[in-house]
Amino acid sequence: MIDAATPKSEPHVGLFVTCLADAMRPNVAFATVRLLEAAGCKVSVPDAQTCCGQPAFNSGAADQARAIAENLIDAFLPFDYVVAPSGSCAGMIKRHYADLFGGRPDWALKQEELAAKTYELSQFLVDVMRWRPEGVALPASATYHDSCSGLRELGVKAEPRALLESVEGLELRPLAGEEACCGFGGTFCVKYPDISAAIVGDKTKAVRDTGADLLLAGDLGCLMNMAGKLSREGSNVRCFHIAEVLAGMAEGDGI
Amino acid sequence: MSGEASPAAFKQEAKAALGRPQLKVALDRATGLLQGRRQDVLADYPEFEAAREKAARIKDHTLENLDHYLETFAASAEASGAKVHWAATPADATTKVVEICKARGAKSATRVKSMLGEEIGLPDALAAAGIERVETDLAEHIIQLADERPSHIVIPALHKTQEEVADLFAERHARPRSSDAVEALVESARHELREKYVAADVGISGANFLIADTGSVAVVTNEGNAELTTALPPCHIVTVGVEKLVPSAEHAAVLLRLLSRSALGSEFTQYVTFFNGPRRPGDANGPEEMHIVLVDNRRSDMLSGEMRDMLRCIRCGACINHCPVYSVLGGHPYGSTYPGPMGSVLTPALTSLEEAGDLPNACTLNGRCQEVCPVKIPLADMMRTMRERQWRENHVNRRARLPLIAWAFVARRPWLYRRATAFAVMAMRRFRSNGGRIRSMPLASAWTAARDMTAPERQTFMTQWKRGRRR
Repeated sequence: MIDAATPKSEPHVGLFVTCLADAMRPNVAFATVRLLEAAGCKVSVPDAQTCCGQPAFNSGAADQARAIAENLIDAFLPFDYVVAPSGSCAGMIKRHYADLFGGRPDWALKQEELAAKTYELSQFLVDVMRWRPEGVALPASATYHDSCSGLRELGVKAEPRALLESVEGLELRPLAGEEACCGFGGTFCVKYPDISAAIVGDKTKAVRDTGADLLLAGDLGCLMNMAGKLSREGSNVRCFHIAEVLAGMAEGDGI
Repeated sequence: MSGEASPAAFKQEAKAALGRPQLKVALDRATGLLQGRRQDVLADYPEFEAAREKAARIKDHTLENLDHYLETFAASAEASGAKVHWAATPADATTKVVEICKARGAKSATRVKSMLGEEIGLPDALAAAGIERVETDLAEHIIQLADERPSHIVIPALHKTQEEVADLFAERHARPRSSDAVEALVESARHELREKYVAADVGISGANFLIADTGSVAVVTNEGNAELTTALPPCHIVTVGVEKLVPSAEHAAVLLRLLSRSALGSEFTQYVTFFNGPRRPGDANGPEEMHIVLVDNRRSDMLSGEMRDMLRCIRCGACINHCPVYSVLGGHPYGSTYPGPMGSVLTPALTSLEEAGDLPNACTLNGRCQEVCPVKIPLADMMRTMRERQWRENHVNRRARLPLIAWAFVARRPWLYRRATAFAVMAMRRFRSNGGRIRSMPLASAWTAARDMTAPERQTFMTQWKRGRRR
């Protein structure tokens, strides 16, 4: 849990959609808008956004990462808050943008200002807006995977669970090894596919062992990885982003 | 000692390791047990975070003043009657050890497990000199019988199941044993080793810590083999990396409180011994001669560079036990004395980034390693730093470089990015199969070999949002 200052009424939030939600799962972004508006925010989606630059950063291409970061910083600086439905993207901005602008004080200042007001979705809803969903029902059993970046870079742990408690009929079952990496690791899963497949195989076994209907998490990279493996295994477990569940938009086959 | 291993063979060795179901059984048992035990022991150790902080500062201080502490250590050790030798390279170190053995006419040497000993190639050097090497750690004894390399720095035979060990002992031990139970296996090994302890001409150990103010050498074991190895023969040789120094025994105590908790989930090892030079007049026993070979092997290079924090490492192996990559591969694919996260950071520094190029990349950057490290080494961050060096120095091949450069070109131009992503999702949808997901797709075989892929919607979110769609 973060100790955050009380926001003014109707804070203006810039939604950082994230490249994965934009291309692969728009429903997550639509759900995020709905949640932010229900919590009392005015939501804008700046047109100039693309990606946070993490793929370049984690590949060691710091110059490329910096250029992409500059674009994002300028796009989002005007807002009261910046919210992303992703621990890894929010973590990139909050924890790693500082690494990109050493020796460039003007950008360093802007980056610091942005980092201070950027939040992962569940932390924003719980710790900043102090909000819980109301009137959302999903009678099913579910298990939750803690995505590594959100967990270790931002401390996202209690917030998703606190939010899910408000969903009527949802039975949350503990996942053995819930904090263990799912093996996605961004470019890792395509550079070392065999190793990644072995790791996600361990994860999906743990998921199936819970007997839960649904697998939930806060990051699309993890979700696509685990959902893809479960599907290939012929499993009936349906995977959703937590935003979709909280907004009452978790329908169909899932991710 | 079986063949030359190299981190350059990582990909092939990883593939081979993934094809061994027995290995996975051993890995799951071991890592599960070690993770659980560490968690339990830390539940009773509320000072853990404060101890980590203190331990990191002790190591940093010592490293910042390493020359001073080395001089202090050498003077104190020699004052206690030990002989101190300096080895810049592995070859210098093994040459010195063999020289000492030959000067004593040594035919056999008992050994306490030492990763530094592996690092400098001591087993091969002893073999080349015709000196019998007797490993006294149960796990190293197993490894020696199987003619393999250690796969973990604390539990070298972690990759072997109990069943495999039972078969190995049945084949290689002189005396048949009573059963396959753990107690019987241990008893069988003890029996094999007992006479060798007494017969050895030289005892060779490493060191967990070097105490600068007293010139002492601290060694920890759970089996008591360090004491038998070093007290019985007339000569004790220590091979140790210079980064093992701490200012005093009090400082060692802070690190010792973290070592066994982090490594094995126990508060302390069964045996903790501080060696203070050879036998003195009036001592009932002890070696006549004690030699301490201080090994540099790139450590002073690391002191002045980006890899400096790695020198804090106390070789607990916690990072290895919590690494998802290690948990499916085991230690051998790393092709190095040091596997797992600490190995992925240390090996490129000891060899080269070219030779060990896969190691910092075969990592999901999940960060669990740096979370469990008792001396707060930022292991995952350091792996990323190495990737930056690889990129800058052009070690990254064109196949990997070009797609990233192309993607980055697009990603900083929003108008181009919109068009590219709109096109990409349209193209991907063509590969939907009956179930609605994508089972295979050109350019995506790395993913689709093992998993299905979500099929995107017809339009990206940004396209839909701009057209006024809401949900």
